Amino acid sequence: MTMALDDKAGDRSSDAPDGAGGAAPIVEVRGVAKHYDALVALDGIDLDFEAGRLTSLLGPSGCGKTTLLKIVAGLLEPTAGEVRVKGRPVSGPGPERAFVFQDFALLPWASVLRNAAFGLEVRGMPKAEREAIARRYVAEVGLSGFEEKYPHELSGGMRQRVGLARALAVDADVLLMDEPFSAVDEQTRRQFQEDLIRLREVENKTFLFVTHSIEEAVYLSDRIVLLSPRPGRVSRVIDLDIPRTGDPEAIRRDPVYLDMVDEIWRGLKHYVE
Amino acid sequence: MTLFGYRLPRMASLVFWVLIWEIIGRFELVLLFPPFTEVIGAMGEVLTSSSFASAAAITAWTYVAGLGLAIVVGVIMGLLMGLVPALDRLLNMWVNIFVSAPLSALVPVIMILFGMGAPTVVVTVFMFAVWIIALDTRAGVLHISRSLIEMSHSFGASPLKRLEIVLLAALPEILAGIRLGVIRGVKGVVIGQLLVSIIGVGALFSLYSQNFLMAHFWALVLLLFAFALTLADLVARLEHRIEYYAGARH
Amino acid sequence: MTSVQTSRADIGALATAVRRRAVGRAWRSAGWKVASLALLFGAWEIAGRSGFNFAFPTFFETMAALAEMLADGSMGAAYLRTAEPLVIGLVFSLVVGVAAGVSMGLRHDVEWFTLPVFIVMQAAPMAALIPLVTFVYGIGLTSKVLAVVILAMPVIAINSYKAVRNVPPSLRAMCRSFMGTRRQEIAKVVLPAASPMMFAGIRLGVAEGFSGVVLAELLITPTGIGDLITYHRSVAHFAHMYAAIFSIVLFAVLAVTILQWVETALFRPEKRSAA
Repeated sequence: MTMALDDKAGDRSSDAPDGAGGAAPIVEVRGVAKHYDALVALDGIDLDFEAGRLTSLLGPSGCGKTTLLKIVAGLLEPTAGEVRVKGRPVSGPGPERAFVFQDFALLPWASVLRNAAFGLEVRGMPKAEREAIARRYVAEVGLSGFEEKYPHELSGGMRQRVGLARALAVDADVLLMDEPFSAVDEQTRRQFQEDLIRLREVENKTFLFVTHSIEEAVYLSDRIVLLSPRPGRVSRVIDLDIPRTGDPEAIRRDPVYLDMVDEIWRGLKHYVE
Repeated sequence: MTLFGYRLPRMASLVFWVLIWEIIGRFELVLLFPPFTEVIGAMGEVLTSSSFASAAAITAWTYVAGLGLAIVVGVIMGLLMGLVPALDRLLNMWVNIFVSAPLSALVPVIMILFGMGAPTVVVTVFMFAVWIIALDTRAGVLHISRSLIEMSHSFGASPLKRLEIVLLAALPEILAGIRLGVIRGVKGVVIGQLLVSIIGVGALFSLYSQNFLMAHFWALVLLLFAFALTLADLVARLEHRIEYYAGARH
Repeated sequence: MTSVQTSRADIGALATAVRRRAVGRAWRSAGWKVASLALLFGAWEIAGRSGFNFAFPTFFETMAALAEMLADGSMGAAYLRTAEPLVIGLVFSLVVGVAAGVSMGLRHDVEWFTLPVFIVMQAAPMAALIPLVTFVYGIGLTSKVLAVVILAMPVIAINSYKAVRNVPPSLRAMCRSFMGTRRQEIAKVVLPAASPMMFAGIRLGVAEGFSGVVLAELLITPTGIGDLITYHRSVAHFAHMYAAIFSIVLFAVLAVTILQWVETALFRPEKRSAA
């Protein structure tokens, strides 16, 4: 278990040069298809995800965006094609990827601290060490003081912060987020989106972000991949250039932001009946 | 499960168990099990005997009477508990105790109060089935969405109409309770007759065990099992038919 | 992150208010419990006094008989006898039932092969087998243990199976996504997540086990508590007979309650912190 961790640390130092805005693809999706018996969930997906950027997978329900994310995570096997992360083909979950779940997937019987340290726990890291790391990330997501609380004592937004701390604690390069804010209320959601932008300034990570909210995708992403349903295919890739330094509220009033939301909505409208 | 690409039917493994039973019986490995074929042979004899016909009749009518009583009383009790909070607080503890109490211990009391005959069996069936029906009905009533009650109120439904809405809205849970009550009732009808032991299948069981008729005994047990499983399956089917609106309710 | 700080202060104030309300609620619920007890025992007393049946003692007569049996040691001795098959049968049912249920929940082949048997056993009136068991194994301890096992084990196994099956798939996926091994997935996620429903099954199993031992002692040979019931009925000491029955029901309820308490104390840290 510690071997894997050392291995990963080595990877990290050798790959360190690709800083923010680096164009090297860290995740490559090649010809990925997923069939469930007769149902074609995904068909012929080719995508590159560049290191240090946040890419959203956006589309109506049933377009296979979560399926694609789970294939990248190694939680699902593709029917055809392959996914490479840092040049190595994916055959299952790996230390360079961490997943944030839509329903939080917190252990109800474990404290915030133990939940945040869970990824390190299964890697066999000693208790004192992993709790020190988890404590740092619990503080980073704004939950210091709640370490000994249990999930049912927290609000939905706070629970997802624990899920985020857990994913950050394993120090993966790629964070896979499956509609992370869809189960929280609108105010919390906005707060969360702003925090995520701030977090990206501190943590140099690659984000794959699944959402069904156009506003959320445009607000957060460097790039948006639009998927169309039945069968799930890439219909459009949009590179965004919205400045995200300064007042996070200002972005929501930026004309580029507003126009982009409008344009994507017009493109997606015909899928909605 | 699938094997070599074939999907094996769900209950098909029972065939293997019957085979194992037959082997155990043939080689007399476990004294408890006579060969299955012998049991099947005895089943014909059991079924055609006149004492079986009368035992089946007693079992059937005591069961139906006890269960019917349990459904009526259980549903009314559950409705009242769900609708009247004070009553719920008074009764909830007892219903919960009786749902998991060793009710078999009460049968001697029932025997003294109701005599060594069919009424005791009816009361036993009732006691086994009523509590779970009341508990599930109560859960169903408490589970109804407030907006449905408010809707019927705002549209000026009469109290009778409102009660009807409550009953229908709680129907999935009520049926789930009745299904469990049906299964528990079968246990009640068997335990009641075993303890009374001079009527119905209880008398047959004593007859077979006094005469060392192992295969006959098993044949009767299997018939009772089949009776229980058929009933449980029937109610499950009924439940399935109304599931569509249980799903739409949420 | 200021919003988080404010919410912490709020939570502090809220916690005090919640605690104060919880104390009030505890008193009120204790009051309802007393009223609830008074209702049934009062009805019992009145029914007994009305003399509708010569064999129906009043509540106070029954309690007096209970005290008498406790004092002269006959009840203690009876429970010592009854406890033996009950404890052996329950421990066996627990070990085998949980193991069978968990392996059915984890493995499809075991499920296919074993589940139908347990489904039949749970739905069928297994008590019908008790005379058969007696017939084969005699009137000794073996028969009584078997009576406990055939009643208690199916419900424990079926509930353990359902509990494992109902573990949220996202929790298991979560463990896998952080590269947990299958062993870790079972030990750290599946079993803890399944334990509440498993314990519910164990509580039902214990209640069934009590039923089994009483049936065995009534049907096979009168020993222990079954003997107390049978003997006092035969000599028409109805208050004593009722007291024996009352005590076994009370005992079963106590056993189930203690089990629930043990579960909370040992396995549910999140419930303890809420209290």
